[in-house]
Amino acid sequence: MKALVVCEARGGKALDTTFELLEVASRLGAEPVMLLVGEASAIPAAAGRLLLAEVERADAYDPGLHRNAVVEAVRRVEADVVLLPHSSYGWDLAPRVAAALRAAQVSELVALAEGGGLEVACCNGKMRRVVQPATAKVVVTVQPGAFPAGGARGGAPSIEGIQAAPAAPGIEHLGHEAPSAREVDLGRASVIVSAGRGVGKKENVGVVEALARALGGELAASRPVVDSGWVGADRQVGSTGQTVAPKLYVACGISGAVQHLAGMKGAEYVVAINKDRDAPIGEVADVLVVADLLQLVPALTARLRQ
Amino acid sequence: MKILVCVKQVPDMSSRFAPDGAGTWFAEADLAHRINEYDECAIEQAIQLKEQLGGAPEVTALSIGPARVGEALRKALAMGCDRAVQVDEPQPSRLDPWQVASIVAAHACAVGYDLVLTGMQSQDRGSGQVGVLVAEQLGIQAVTTAVSFEHADGAVTVRRELEGGARARVRVRLPAVVTCQLGLNVPRYPTLPNIMKAKKKPLDVVPAASLLSAEPLARTARFFAPSRRTGQVMEGPVDQLVDRLVALLGEKAGAKRQERT
Repeated sequence: MKALVVCEARGGKALDTTFELLEVASRLGAEPVMLLVGEASAIPAAAGRLLLAEVERADAYDPGLHRNAVVEAVRRVEADVVLLPHSSYGWDLAPRVAAALRAAQVSELVALAEGGGLEVACCNGKMRRVVQPATAKVVVTVQPGAFPAGGARGGAPSIEGIQAAPAAPGIEHLGHEAPSAREVDLGRASVIVSAGRGVGKKENVGVVEALARALGGELAASRPVVDSGWVGADRQVGSTGQTVAPKLYVACGISGAVQHLAGMKGAEYVVAINKDRDAPIGEVADVLVVADLLQLVPALTARLRQ
Repeated sequence: MKILVCVKQVPDMSSRFAPDGAGTWFAEADLAHRINEYDECAIEQAIQLKEQLGGAPEVTALSIGPARVGEALRKALAMGCDRAVQVDEPQPSRLDPWQVASIVAAHACAVGYDLVLTGMQSQDRGSGQVGVLVAEQLGIQAVTTAVSFEHADGAVTVRRELEGGARARVRVRLPAVVTCQLGLNVPRYPTLPNIMKAKKKPLDVVPAASLLSAEPLARTARFFAPSRRTGQVMEGPVDQLVDRLVALLGEKAGAKRQERT
C-alpha cells in the first residue's frame, strides 16, 4: 500500500504537520511518498521520496492547480491513500481531489481504531465515528496534533519533479492579510479566564471579566463569543486566534471545540466550568466543575475579593 | 439572479448523544433540532445580498430530511428566503457527503442558480465536504471558509479564513459555491410579522429518490463516545463548589495575585 503525503507550506516554509501525516502513513502500514506543490524552499527536512510540483506564486493558492498536482502524483506513484492536514488548506483541497478520483473522503482523522478503522471526530468533538470507505482509493484529512510526529526528521528527501496541468481560470487570488496588530498579548499572561458561548449574552461577559481581575489575570474568549462581538478579536484563543500557555486557564462556558483546544493545550492547569459534563473541554481540564457559571462565577469572585 | 442556500438541521450540540440501535449514528428521540450554525450564516448572507440588490434575487432554501426539517426551512423563510424545498428523506444520516452533494447538484442543475451558499461544515457530522463536492459535480468554482463577502459586477470577493488570524482575499466569477465560516455575519432573528409571512411562502416537498442516483462512497461503521481522559469532576451546591475552588484557584494563580494586591 502507498500513501501520498501532501505537505503544507505557509509563508514559504514547510509545516510540521507533514511529520504527523508520515506517522499516520506508517501506522497504516503504507509506504509514504511526499508531495509538495510550491517552491523548493518549503521542502520539509524529512528523509524519503518527495514529488515536487513547482508553481509560480506559491503563496497564491490555486485550488484547481493543486488538485491537478495531487491527481498527477496519485497516478505517478499509484497511491492508495492521500493524506492531507485538516487545515484551511487541506479541507479546501481534499474534496476537490476526492471528486476528481471518485474516492471516498474521510475528514478529520483523530485516531486509528483497532484493525485500522479510520476514527474521526463528530458532534463538535463530543463523539467519534469509524468511517468505512467503499472505494479503492481514499482521501483522508488528519487533525493537526492528533498524532505524534513520525518519519525521519532532519534528512533530505530525494526529489522528483512533476508537472501539474494548469487549471481553468476561476479563482483569482487578490492577496493576503496578516492578522491585525494585537493590543493584548495573551501569550505572556500567567492567568487567563476565558468566556465561552455559555455566558449567554454580551452583558454577562462582565461576570467572567470580574473573575479574571480577581485572579490578577487576563480576559480571553472562545471563537463564538468573538464572532458575536461580545469580546474583541484580540482576546480570542484558538487556532484562528492566539496560542496561550498560562499557569492557570479557567474556561467559563467553553465547550472545547477542537480549534479552541489547539490554542490552550499548553496551559499548565485548566479549570473548566460548564453545565454540560460531557463537554469536550473535560478532556483537557484538570478540574471540570459542573455548574451554571452565572451562579458560580459571581460567588467565586466575591469570595476571592474578600 | 437565483440563489440557493443549503441548510442542514442538526441537534443542539449541548445534547447528550447516545448511539442508535444500529450503532452507526446517534439516537434522535428526545433531541431538540436547530439550523446548523454555519448554514445560518449562509442564509443571512443570501438575504443581505438580496437586500443589497433591491430584492431582485430569488433565494431558495433547501434541506434534506424528514418532516422535522420543515421547521428549519420555515425559519429560513422567516429570515427572508423566498421559497423552500424539503428533499424528503426519512433517514438523512444514511447519505454520505457525496450523495448529499449529488442531491443538491441535481436540484441546482435543474433550476440553474447563480450562487450556492452553504456552511463550511455541519456541527454534527463535520465532514466539511458537501459545498466543494456540489461545485465539483456542477463543474463550477467553490470558495471555502468565507469570513467576508462582497458582490459586484457578476463576481464575488471573499476573505478566506486561514490560520492564526491570517486571511486570503479571492475573487470568483459567478456561478459559484461559497461556503461560510462563523463570524461572516450575525444571523438575524426572524421578526413576528416575518414569521407570519413565512407561513404563506411556498415550501415544496420532493422525494429524495427523484434527485438521488449516486451510490455512497463511504459509510459509518460505528458511532460512539470517546473514552475521555478524566480529570477531577466537581459537582454540588454552589457554596460548596466556591469553598473548594477558592483555595485551588488561589494556589494556582498565587504568585501573580500577590503582585497586584
